Amino acid sequence: MNKFETFTGIAAPMPLVNIDTDMIIPKQFLKTIKRSGLGVHAFDEMRYDRQGGENPDFVLNKPAYRETSILVAGDNFGCGSSREHAPWALADFGIKVVVSTSFADIFFNNCFKNGMLPIVLPQEQVDLLMTDSERGENARMTVDLEAQEITTSDGDVIKFDVDPFRKHCLLNGLDDIGLTLEKAESIQTFETEAAQARPWV
Amino acid sequence: MSPKTLYDKIWDAHVAHEADDGTCLLYIDRHLVHEVTSPQAFEGLRLAGRKVHAPDKTIAVPDHNVPTTAGRDNPDQMPEDSRIQVAALDTNAREFGVHYYPVNDIRQGIVHIVGPEQGWTLPGMTVVCGDSHTATHGAFGALAHGIGTSEVEHVLATQTLIQKKSKNMKVEITGKLSPGVTAKDIVLTIIGETGTGGGTGYVIEYCGEAIRDLSMEGRMTICNMAIEGGARAGLIAPDETTYAYVKGRPHAPKGAQWEAAVNWWKTLYSDDGAHFDKVLTIRGEDIAPTVTWGTSPEDALPITANVPSPEDFNGGKVDAARRALDYMGLTPGMKLTDIEIDTVFIGSCTNGRIEDLRAAAEVLKGKRVKDGMRAMVVPGSGLVRAQAEEEGLAEIFTDAGFEWRLAGCSMCLAMNPDQLSEGERCASTSNRNFEGRQGYKGRTHLVSPAMAAAAAVTGKLTDIRDFQ
Repeated sequence: MNKFETFTGIAAPMPLVNIDTDMIIPKQFLKTIKRSGLGVHAFDEMRYDRQGGENPDFVLNKPAYRETSILVAGDNFGCGSSREHAPWALADFGIKVVVSTSFADIFFNNCFKNGMLPIVLPQEQVDLLMTDSERGENARMTVDLEAQEITTSDGDVIKFDVDPFRKHCLLNGLDDIGLTLEKAESIQTFETEAAQARPWV
Repeated sequence: MSPKTLYDKIWDAHVAHEADDGTCLLYIDRHLVHEVTSPQAFEGLRLAGRKVHAPDKTIAVPDHNVPTTAGRDNPDQMPEDSRIQVAALDTNAREFGVHYYPVNDIRQGIVHIVGPEQGWTLPGMTVVCGDSHTATHGAFGALAHGIGTSEVEHVLATQTLIQKKSKNMKVEITGKLSPGVTAKDIVLTIIGETGTGGGTGYVIEYCGEAIRDLSMEGRMTICNMAIEGGARAGLIAPDETTYAYVKGRPHAPKGAQWEAAVNWWKTLYSDDGAHFDKVLTIRGEDIAPTVTWGTSPEDALPITANVPSPEDFNGGKVDAARRALDYMGLTPGMKLTDIEIDTVFIGSCTNGRIEDLRAAAEVLKGKRVKDGMRAMVVPGSGLVRAQAEEEGLAEIFTDAGFEWRLAGCSMCLAMNPDQLSEGERCASTSNRNFEGRQGYKGRTHLVSPAMAAAAAVTGKLTDIRDFQ
């Protein structure tokens, strides 16, 4: 996994609440056996018409937002299916950060496994960033994970929380499986004890 | 010792390692695998030269892509991308040596129906699957939740999951249900109350007399949709109903092990005075047959209600409701029972079990679906299908004008050919009414099996209590 580094990018507003993973990546694109190449299908039904033409009203199709790397989204972003194709599609599009008042649990976890940072902020701060992200070409923000800060285009600084372990993994681009296998002995011990306590499992 | 919740007890019995910051390695007893969310995980193992850590605890079955029409064991029935995905599961299951039910095995079906049916799912276990509806297995008092593909790979490689503990929420349904009210109505009512984000960060334990009175099938329907309320998992404490369901299933413990298992299972309940971070209580008698009008499972209302107006909501939900009404082609103020439908889907991991088919067949006995109605029943597994045929249910469905299909996820998410066309409107026993879920621009109303059957006959969303 790539290390998460401080960057400045364009933020796009997606104020709709309950944006579900079916919206982020519809089912027909789940029939892949790869992780790559899904960015072109991100938000497919909102982004394209039935013939594949771009819907000019959809935010990511507007000239100012074609290079978006930050989404500022309505409440409960990523609800629904567990499909990791959703963060794969967003990451492949170029999204590195999603900001919302809340995220669905599985989507939230999936983001970290793909080098993406979901940030939860209180309503008033999301509102502020939402307004900021409506500035088109000027909707540029800086995200510094080390300092846990978002800097808006006006220079306002918003602090955010992140789980220390997840922060460490993102900053260092660490592979979860490698880390867990370092604890193989604990797993082995657990298995031996569990086999005695609950032999039917 | 301080009192513990059911969730606390199962959690504590599965922590293989705990770091100073509370990050745990949770040991996984059962890993269910299907063809859509696993190919990249197996490929990851292969690239890293890793094995499946516990193949005997890993169970694979294709369900999302498979056609539900006759002759489907001929792979040419599938479009190329589906065929490749199913073939990949076939190869991976055999190469890595996990338990496997291929498409031509009578035990094949929706992964969340197969697990309990075969006795893989037992009380007190941890169960995961790359599928959000893994919550289903919580009906047995098992801690069960959906994971992404990276986590599938992590579980395959280590049989553990990196987790932090969720908060505890109790949802109590008191008293008795009124006639015509089912498990599906209970869970839609709960989600209507909490919203789809109301359970985020929690594991929900469902309890109370109305939950105790449910069969295992009904309990699975409730826990299945815990994820639709945003919860990591849903749980129901095991009891005699649970043991009776589990006993004698192929992978359930036998003899002395059965006794030992039941003895432990009997300790799996929330202690008196255990702390819940959030509590919701609903009176069973206040729950009506419930349907959804919009494009989120939280858009649930009693069938006697009218379609709401965006002004009935606050905040971001105003625009969402406006968008949903437009998508669904509905006018505020119209009666829900005036909504005309053209398609009925009975099936899915929510309502594709034998009891669901019995409830629908009971309504359809001696009736015909409305002219022009497309109606299909997709049993949740080959064994459910066989049992329904033995009980004469299949005949009732076909006599009524329903298509009688083979097992799979089918029109619940429309990854196979079973899809809605643009503008079609479906009364569906599935779990999600999201935009495009059942087909591009298709419209979904979530209902119970009995209500779906009644709608097929009348051509409208129908109050089952008024149906004759």
